Amino acid sequence: MPQHDYIELHQKRFGKRLDTEERARKKAARQPHEIAEKAQNLKGLKAKMFNKERFKEKALMKKQMLAHEEKDIEVNVEDVKDGAVPTYLLDREQQQQSKVLTNMLKQKRQEKAGKWDVPIAKVKQMSEGEMFQVIESGKRKQKSWKRRINKVCFVPETFTRKPPKFERYIRPTGLRFKKANVTHPELKTTFSLPLLGVKKNPQSALYTTLGVITKGTVVEVNVSELGLVTQTGKVIWSKYAQVTNNPELDGCINATLLV
Amino acid sequence: MDQTKKRIKPNQITLLPPDTRVFVTLINPYGEEAQKSLELSVNTTKEELQSILQQLVKTEEDQVYSFFHNNVELIDTLNQLIVSDPEYKLENTFSLTYHPQSLFRIQPITRQTAALEGHEQPVLCVQFRTHGDVLATGSGDTTIRLWDMLTETPIATLKGHKNWVLCLAWSPDCKYIASGSHDGQVCIWDVETNQLKGQPLIGHTKWVTSIAWQPMHLDEECTLVASSSKDGSVRIWSRISLSCLISINAHQKAITKMLWGGQGYIYTASEDTTIGVWNKSGKRVQELKGHGHWVNSIALHTDYTIRCACFSEGNTEINRKQAKVLYDKMLNGKNERLVSGSDDQTLMLWEYTSSKPKVRMTGHQQQVNHVQFSPDGRYIVSASFDKSLRIWDGYNGNWIATLRGHVGSVYQVSWSSDSRYMLSASKDSTLKLWSLSKKKLAFDLPGHADEVYAVDWAPIGGEKAGSGGKDRRVKIWRH
Repeated sequence: MPQHDYIELHQKRFGKRLDTEERARKKAARQPHEIAEKAQNLKGLKAKMFNKERFKEKALMKKQMLAHEEKDIEVNVEDVKDGAVPTYLLDREQQQQSKVLTNMLKQKRQEKAGKWDVPIAKVKQMSEGEMFQVIESGKRKQKSWKRRINKVCFVPETFTRKPPKFERYIRPTGLRFKKANVTHPELKTTFSLPLLGVKKNPQSALYTTLGVITKGTVVEVNVSELGLVTQTGKVIWSKYAQVTNNPELDGCINATLLV
Repeated sequence: MDQTKKRIKPNQITLLPPDTRVFVTLINPYGEEAQKSLELSVNTTKEELQSILQQLVKTEEDQVYSFFHNNVELIDTLNQLIVSDPEYKLENTFSLTYHPQSLFRIQPITRQTAALEGHEQPVLCVQFRTHGDVLATGSGDTTIRLWDMLTETPIATLKGHKNWVLCLAWSPDCKYIASGSHDGQVCIWDVETNQLKGQPLIGHTKWVTSIAWQPMHLDEECTLVASSSKDGSVRIWSRISLSCLISINAHQKAITKMLWGGQGYIYTASEDTTIGVWNKSGKRVQELKGHGHWVNSIALHTDYTIRCACFSEGNTEINRKQAKVLYDKMLNGKNERLVSGSDDQTLMLWEYTSSKPKVRMTGHQQQVNHVQFSPDGRYIVSASFDKSLRIWDGYNGNWIATLRGHVGSVYQVSWSSDSRYMLSASKDSTLKLWSLSKKKLAFDLPGHADEVYAVDWAPIGGEKAGSGGKDRRVKIWRH
């Protein structure tokens, strides 16, 4: 290695050799062959050191090659997203409102078949002792034909009690509910909707007529708040929902809408 | 104040004796008097008044007028109209406002005739060619489809955009379509060959919100088209050289709607609550300030006239003259009136000469999404997210009626060309036809399975309307 710049000084003063470019070119052309010879014939510690250096060099080379190739690749086309909205809705975060997802035919077919595809298909059987509390009556409390319902029930607005002497089933006012928290399964939003009636209680037909609401009961709810419209233009105001919790334990009725 | 036009029952009121004479002044729709007071007999009929007015105002033979006094319409003779006003004394002059009536009558739209499939994503914009024979629809699947209205079948699919096609506009001579997309590109299509002209025009950095061609009467070759974008700029492109001529940095925030007015000015409504008025060299003429929130939509009272300028294709020179004649008649010596609807639940009426609004119209309970002038410029209808439409007077901004019926936000509204019916598209998947004279719902048009995003009533072949929405179908409606 030159200790000072005497080589450059000479080149400045007297110029370079006439064949310097050619010699440099030829030397560069020989490099790959020399490196190959070393790589194939070196042994021992020198080989180890050479291989280590060579590995690093190759990694760098690969990166450079990829970088060169990149300019030939076409620009990635932006994925066209779903959910196209017109210009007046673009800057707005639209609150998702429930839509009519089923069509009339599907519903009609289901009704005809009598099948309901409900979220909770089977419910645990409930014993009478769990449902009713025997109320003794009479002068000596020997008559025990009265029953008090221990579960939450729904009574219609026009409901009037039978005369107390004759009523067999007592529905306590504390356990009467008018509203249910109904969740739309697709949108995952919950609304507090007024109840319209009990459609079917899976435990027994008697409970359906009494209006008892337990887990798995199908109830009818008033959905006019949601603003749904059918294909023919009529506004939908009631839909079925299935109760998903034990209302007597929670103090509220949670249901999922059956769409 | 009840501003509905009532009919007088002649039996109930005692009429003035037939030989009485009254002084009458005729007032034009803008509120100016046409002539000093005339002395007329009380039994002057509508037809006689019409011929008098024609001589005074020097209009064409076949222009029909209707006369009003305090919003009560003249039906038979002046006599009945005079006695209907209890405050009028014989010594005073009787004021009669006249309004030109449209000569033709459009049949109301009652049924769906076609549901055109083809788009794979929601249909975002719908526009008829001025003649009503071709419908162009742009969709989220990046294509524009052309549909033939005679056979209700597709003509062509125009591919070239790389993202949702947000807006499209037919050129005034109906030979080209300009469309803007979600990635800021503007494409110009030649309709005769159904091909993209050149390459998509790049320049906007964010999505294109609206496109407007220069009106026909200013340039019959239809060379200039302007596009506005969310990045706040307006770019004017040349159709021939396919390059951007001028880029106007109009607003700091997004431009929601842009119109090219007939007087040569470009109006831009922006989310920075102002409306800018620019001339085509890029200079700002006026800034209309007054709204408190985003300005969502603007409309000019000459919108329909500008759109229908090219009603017969062929020699462009003739079209330009005819277009200018029609336009001047619509302007009637005044300036263009602009109405704007905003997120602050109000509408405002402007003229570009002053930066303060002429009238402020309140009443809506939620954002006003779309405003439209009636084709004769007499009425304004505004569609809002509060599920109602409101009708306002087009000259002084007075509230006329509220139309309720929709159960979801009303997105867009379109007029019939005789200004008698309105068609509204809503989030609740229905379209509703409203009658202006009765100020209530005429027909309910359900059929879409999901939100309806765009609606258009054919301007000249006026018996059909087209709508497109989230359910990816384009539906054609007729009488």
